[in-house]
Amino acid sequence: MRGTLSDRTGAALLMAPLLLFLVLAYAWPFLGVVKWSFTLPTPGLGQYGALVSDPLVQSVFIRTLRIAAIVTVVSVTAAYAITVVWVRGSPVQRVLAEFCILVPFWISVLTRAFGWVALLSNRGLINTWLQSIGFISEPLTLVRNEFGVVVGMTHFLIPFAVFPLASAMRSLDERVLLAARGLGSSRMRTFWTVFVPMTRSGIIGSALIVFVFSLGFFVTPAILGGGRSVMIAELIYLRIFQSPDWGLGAAISVVLVIFVGALMALLFRHVRPRQLV
Amino acid sequence: MPTYRPGPVSLALAVLVALFLLLPLLAVIPVSLTPSRMLTMPTGELSLRHYRSLIEDPRWLDSILLSIRIGVVSSLLSTALALTFSLGVWMFQPRFTAALVGFVLLPMVVPPVVSAVTLYFLLTSVSGVSSIFGYDTWLGVAMAHSVMTVPFATVLILVSLSQLDRRIDLAARGLGASVWERATRIIMPNIKFGIVTAALLSFVLSWEEIGVTLFITSVNAITLPRLMWMGLRDNIDPAIAALSVILIIITVLVLVMRSVVTRRRASA
Repeated sequence: MRGTLSDRTGAALLMAPLLLFLVLAYAWPFLGVVKWSFTLPTPGLGQYGALVSDPLVQSVFIRTLRIAAIVTVVSVTAAYAITVVWVRGSPVQRVLAEFCILVPFWISVLTRAFGWVALLSNRGLINTWLQSIGFISEPLTLVRNEFGVVVGMTHFLIPFAVFPLASAMRSLDERVLLAARGLGSSRMRTFWTVFVPMTRSGIIGSALIVFVFSLGFFVTPAILGGGRSVMIAELIYLRIFQSPDWGLGAAISVVLVIFVGALMALLFRHVRPRQLV
Repeated sequence: MPTYRPGPVSLALAVLVALFLLLPLLAVIPVSLTPSRMLTMPTGELSLRHYRSLIEDPRWLDSILLSIRIGVVSSLLSTALALTFSLGVWMFQPRFTAALVGFVLLPMVVPPVVSAVTLYFLLTSVSGVSSIFGYDTWLGVAMAHSVMTVPFATVLILVSLSQLDRRIDLAARGLGASVWERATRIIMPNIKFGIVTAALLSFVLSWEEIGVTLFITSVNAITLPRLMWMGLRDNIDPAIAALSVILIIITVLVLVMRSVVTRRRASA
């Protein structure tokens, strides 16, 4: 009996500091933000009403969903292509693929967005080169629009899309693939009818992760969108620091959390957390 | 034994993706060598003036030192909190473990911008009480970074604990070791690699954190990413290109070293 009692005290003593820290520094202030959404500037549901009726807020929500959907399709497809080589390639191919995935993954979001500015801006690498070979006379507008945002976000999210795909591809039984080939199925057919369906859980997991990340993305759209294609996260920032309309910023945050929570619940119904790492 | 290898089409597509991933990282190199004061491709002569301005301009040096200070403090705090929590989970396997771990992982799952608004609320509230801990102070930023990095540290330490053989702890317990002795002399030495990795990851995440930092700083606590952000938004300063090149080179070196070490470990 004494054993269980000291066990409980021990567990409580060890776990308390972190739990207390997060309750005070995260859960409590989050409730404060929820309170803002109902009380600023006047008590009531006014801010949530404004969310539904304000055409600007609506257009930002629709743009965010559209960009997130495009980015999800492009990044998961691109990630699939490089993951196949990372998991199934020859030893040299694997090392090279791993390098190309991990180097961008570890480099900060700001540096990566800046790299795209250097490539895509009016006096950037691509425009300078196209003009010097006489292909175009006026620089193409490649940043400060939705195209730049999609390119930058896709670049940021490909490594995140790779990990669930890689774990799905690693856990698949190679003998099934060899059997399909041995029975005379072509490379293409084996890939589309055996390989892809067997990695379904990885595809769903990776698509949901990328989509959820895209919804709350701030830095890349703010830099590559140049204030012209504002997404939800940037709208929250503008509402809190420029308008300032804290109540609306807080209300958008609350809606975003609920939406992402629902998507995460969907994710865990389809794939067990273990399969994501 | 035959193996299933990707065909030529797969390889070609993978090469395209690899180029896409590396291109923006390579693009900053020529820009960093431009002699111009604006962001342009160098035409003809190259110059190292933007590298020099990183050392000579006190703004860059100050923000680098501030980022290191914040990174060290927040990494120590989040590693210590994650370690004690994980030890509690592993040694006592309390009820509701899944719910408690889920709660701890929240800052990692919630969209960063919402965490940023939340921490903004926290620090502006604290500002009314204490001026050294609140909005736009380095201690406030360090605390906010700890909130954001503690889930990652916890995951890493829990993973390395899950690979530990429970029987060594049971043996220590059977021989009469106290909770303190089991934790410090049996368990921690066996997961030290995980603890060090957690501390390093927390430092790196704090070092490059920008999403939350933007919301909780204005003029005093200018971390390195915050300074880069200001230079990127207004008038693009090519010194950012020079800094990016240096950061990219460091990252590549660390990754190459790590892969050499893991390969040695695997072959030894």
